[in-house]
Amino acid sequence: MSVEIEVEGQGLATEEMTLNMGPQHPSTHGVLRFIVKADGEVMRTAIPDIGYLHRSIEKIAEKVGWHGFMPYTDRVDYVAAMTANQGWGMASEKLAGIEVPKRGEYCRTIAGELGRICSHLLAIGATGMDIGAITPFTHALREREMINDLIEELCGARLTYNYMRIGGVAWDLPPGYQEKVLEYLDHLEPTIHEINDLLSYNKIYVERLANVAVVSPAMAKNFNLVGPNLRASGVKYDLRKDQPYSVYDEFEFDVPIGEGEMGQVGDCWDRYMMRIKEVFESIKILRQALRQIPDGPVIAKVPRNLKPPAGDVHVRVEGARGDMSWYVASDGTEFPYRVHIRTGSWTAMSIIQELSRGLMIADLVAVIATFDIVAPEVDR
Amino acid sequence: MAGAFGVAGFGLAIDMDIQGIQKKLEATFGAAVGPVMEGSVENWIEVDPDKIDGVAEYLQSHPDFNYEVLTNLTGCDYPDKGHIQVVYSFVNYDSGSELTIKVNADREAPKVNTVMHVWAAADWLEREVFDLLGIDFIGHTDQRRILLPDDWVGNPLRKDYVEAPDYHGISTMRESLLSVDIPGRS
Repeated sequence: MSVEIEVEGQGLATEEMTLNMGPQHPSTHGVLRFIVKADGEVMRTAIPDIGYLHRSIEKIAEKVGWHGFMPYTDRVDYVAAMTANQGWGMASEKLAGIEVPKRGEYCRTIAGELGRICSHLLAIGATGMDIGAITPFTHALREREMINDLIEELCGARLTYNYMRIGGVAWDLPPGYQEKVLEYLDHLEPTIHEINDLLSYNKIYVERLANVAVVSPAMAKNFNLVGPNLRASGVKYDLRKDQPYSVYDEFEFDVPIGEGEMGQVGDCWDRYMMRIKEVFESIKILRQALRQIPDGPVIAKVPRNLKPPAGDVHVRVEGARGDMSWYVASDGTEFPYRVHIRTGSWTAMSIIQELSRGLMIADLVAVIATFDIVAPEVDR
Repeated sequence: MAGAFGVAGFGLAIDMDIQGIQKKLEATFGAAVGPVMEGSVENWIEVDPDKIDGVAEYLQSHPDFNYEVLTNLTGCDYPDKGHIQVVYSFVNYDSGSELTIKVNADREAPKVNTVMHVWAAADWLEREVFDLLGIDFIGHTDQRRILLPDDWVGNPLRKDYVEAPDYHGISTMRESLLSVDIPGRS
């Protein structure tokens, strides 16, 4: 038996409304602003308005000199500062023709992968929290605190590390550090499984993320999505594997890609899951690096008053938010002539306007969270 | 010719590749494509600013090249040479081949054709160059400042940029800390 209900008001014209989200909003992961044009709960578009955290880091680079710019690179992406350090180091070394000692490269890899785990843990926890699951956030942050302790022992800082130098790293590993980190990794691995079991397959969580904001491989390449966001769409491309820099070619690890386990390939759930999968790969790399690390110096002899010969260079490094692209030009003086940083959050942010069409307003939060956008990295 | 670009990233191979690419581009676009320029670290090809859109489309869609990703687009001001340079970096994920193309825009009235219809990624990157270096991208459908406020004066990454002393009554200058009187310190 069917009951027919007459719905009043059907066929009425609806009106587009303009909503403002941000720049101060708890789930925008920093200072981001969206101008949302919506029809009821459905968005017609969400226009990102960026620049609230623009600190003109590229202009500062032209004033502070080659060595002096290293601490500023921490502030480009303060959630995963190690890889930004490494990008600046690699670009300067390539221009000046400096070779980093093997042990220095290993120290960079160890620090970089610890930083990547740190960043991914925050992404995993924050995604859960944005969707409404508060508890996993505390689990993830507890683990992150422990890694912060390890990094603090390495370089004295917990967030803006400034650990690397042009030519290597600032300090060697402290005594007994390898054993300590290996021991911690044995604790971390089951904990990630625990967070995964607790959060990833929860019915509500999956419903909120699966099949939402699907990015096709072609769209991902067109918008130059990078890192985990690119791989979630099924494109198997990781700089550490495909164009190995530093000592990444000496380690065995896999490049996980999105498989559409809960919906379509490239949806929000796939992007979230990439971070869980990549933590396990980072653990693999760390274990090998900590066991294989050779003896020797950690930094090359670099003149204090560095003047790389005139020229320009384009260096890409796989950060926690993907391929961070550095364009650095020198005019042969002690100050960089031009520095440009194209970051992972930048390209992720630029796709949102296109992607938001037809999504619910509440999904915008899921999109920002799973793209793992960090506002200072967009604005620099 | 397909596959001739093989694995990039190994010195010599990359040089041979870029020569081959330059020959093909020159055959198609004639004098708009310059010779291979040798830098201290990397080599590049220079293209005329009003032909870059055609070259970009060719490099992206031609099966021999298939540079499907625009990984970076930025600019650099050279007042002594009288031009602002726009630097394009392309990547092909399958072969790993990378290519740098540069365009020199006249400093007095810098105009470069947009490539935003070839790669969507160019939209924001061109807006950034417009904002910070003041290059006019012809054909860009949404050319607005992106990082700075809309009413900002000047393009800060130009070498002759002089910052205004204030912005809406907010001072942009700061006294040297050494000249400030600190109470209790003689």
